[in-house]
Amino acid sequence: MGLGSYVAKRLLLAFPSILGILVMTFVISRVIPADPMKLLVSERAMDMMVGSGSAGSYQSVIDITRHRYGLDKPLYEQFILFIWLVLHGDLGVSVLTGRSVTASLLERFPATAELTIGAMIVGLVLGVPIGVVAAVRRNKPIDHISRAVAMSGASMPVFWLGLLLLYVFYFQIGLFGVGRLTEGLTPPTHITGLYVLDSLLTGNARTLVDSFSHLVLPSFTLGFFQMALISRVTRSSLLDVLSQDYVKALRARGLSERVVIYKHALRNSLIPTVTMSGLAFGSILGGAVLTETIFAWPGIGRYATDAMMSLDYQPILGSVILAVVAYLIVNLIVDLIYTVVDPRIRYS
Amino acid sequence: MSKRSRSLEDLRTSLTELKLIYYFYRKSVSAMAGLVILVTLIFVAILAPWLSPYDPLEVDLPSRLMAPSFQHFFGTDSAGRDIFSRVLYGTRISLVAAIGIVLLGGSIGTLFGLASGYVGGRFDLLVMRVTDIFLAFPTFLLAILLAATLGPGMTTLLISVSVPLWPEYARLVRGSTLSEKNKEFIEAAVASGENSVSILFRQILPNVLSPLLVKGTIDVGFSILWAAGLSFLGLGIQPPTPEWGNMVSAGRSYMATKIWVAGFPGLAILLATLAFNLAGDGFRDALDPKLRV
Repeated sequence: MGLGSYVAKRLLLAFPSILGILVMTFVISRVIPADPMKLLVSERAMDMMVGSGSAGSYQSVIDITRHRYGLDKPLYEQFILFIWLVLHGDLGVSVLTGRSVTASLLERFPATAELTIGAMIVGLVLGVPIGVVAAVRRNKPIDHISRAVAMSGASMPVFWLGLLLLYVFYFQIGLFGVGRLTEGLTPPTHITGLYVLDSLLTGNARTLVDSFSHLVLPSFTLGFFQMALISRVTRSSLLDVLSQDYVKALRARGLSERVVIYKHALRNSLIPTVTMSGLAFGSILGGAVLTETIFAWPGIGRYATDAMMSLDYQPILGSVILAVVAYLIVNLIVDLIYTVVDPRIRYS
Repeated sequence: MSKRSRSLEDLRTSLTELKLIYYFYRKSVSAMAGLVILVTLIFVAILAPWLSPYDPLEVDLPSRLMAPSFQHFFGTDSAGRDIFSRVLYGTRISLVAAIGIVLLGGSIGTLFGLASGYVGGRFDLLVMRVTDIFLAFPTFLLAILLAATLGPGMTTLLISVSVPLWPEYARLVRGSTLSEKNKEFIEAAVASGENSVSILFRQILPNVLSPLLVKGTIDVGFSILWAAGLSFLGLGIQPPTPEWGNMVSAGRSYMATKIWVAGFPGLAILLATLAFNLAGDGFRDALDPKLRV
């Protein structure tokens, strides 16, 4: 199969997944609840809104919602409406703020993207070398230490790790910070929305240092689990490669251990790491909800958590849909990278 | 051979197998450490009322936010409740919830996996497509969505974390069922007139138990994390019920100066999850015939 037709096939296969996910979110949000209206118009959120003085009457909000989502119509019509709205990028309105969920999500997306990239970098930059060292020095103390670190990384509640790092580095030492920038500092000119990158592109040294120092702790918190996973995958995959015949042949030809490992074996062993990183993205998105909450990081996760506190349903639903679609797209990209790296996969 | 003596023979074989598993399990120090912590946690969970020096729900405002001391080993929280007692009681809730989650998700998944692998055809195709959809969802996000829909509470916690789990078990068991069902002993059972249900549960299920045990143990660890995460977000067990996740959440506001309020419950989550992970790893190695040589 050529690369082009493989890509086309893979894209076609993504559609049923997206449709399946929409069916599932519809079932969860409209079919399972006894009264979807109560869910969509949370009384708690209404109370908060009324308290802030920005409310119309409760009844009017209910009427608008019923009409908007077709709640008085049969389920299949509701479903078609649901799909229609989602495909048009309409993820509803937050009862609490009265703002469009899509607009709020788009506004916060760069923050989450920046944090996700930071976490992925932490995971790869720490995970791969730890995995390599553990494989090369198999059953030596360093291998045992790396196993212990990986095990604790996999068992660590991300919200607790975040709080501990905050306690040590922010409250005790006074390093780094919460949020994306120190208060009062103007964000860099919007190019990508990623503060570190934008500061770099515009040559703004002050915001570069500041935004970077704010990114360190949350990235480490979120990346720690990935680091654990990636180091284990790299270790076992490298051990696998090192036991293959061609590696023995290279050694027999008198190549130095360094060349054998870093020039030949490592490259081949990194393929599972690439796949793993794509899958890891899903858990990063889940973990981002907790991490953003702790570091007051103004991303999608924080937005969803604020909505959870007031049981404001549309923003929660919208954030989840966006995250799942992002997850599917990233996995698709990883799959495509994978076929370029290892063409054999196209023929299997 | 009579039926009775055959079952005795079976029992003897399975006892030898258990001894063998324990023999290999014991070889790993980390797996043993995991098992010791795990057994301790189970004892703590059972004996919590006798081990706790205070009532975990008793509010004592004059002694609020006290640092750890001989009076209060882990200090007190913002309502003056004894954190040590709350952590001990929390063991009960976290273990019961996590084990319940795995039992629920695991049994549903196992049932579908067995049926799907054994029946095959369209039913298999349908079940596998449904699992595909579930697996496309990142676990924690699906749990959040379900919990937000169902409203906070213990039942919600059980459902919302077990739902993302079941497809993984269905896949695992289906795979093993497929490889088992064409073996000769199954043909023999079919030929001797044993019915399908009995074949599934008495012949196939015992042969897929090993991977289930490994996955189940590790998943209890992850369920502790996820359940605590949901409670931390306010979607799981609600305060004042002592649950580790909501205790860490309550300690957030005092993080700058009173680290013990969130510190000790978080440590308990780490320890419990670690214990199940280590034990699961140990079971995997002990049950893997390749590693026994």
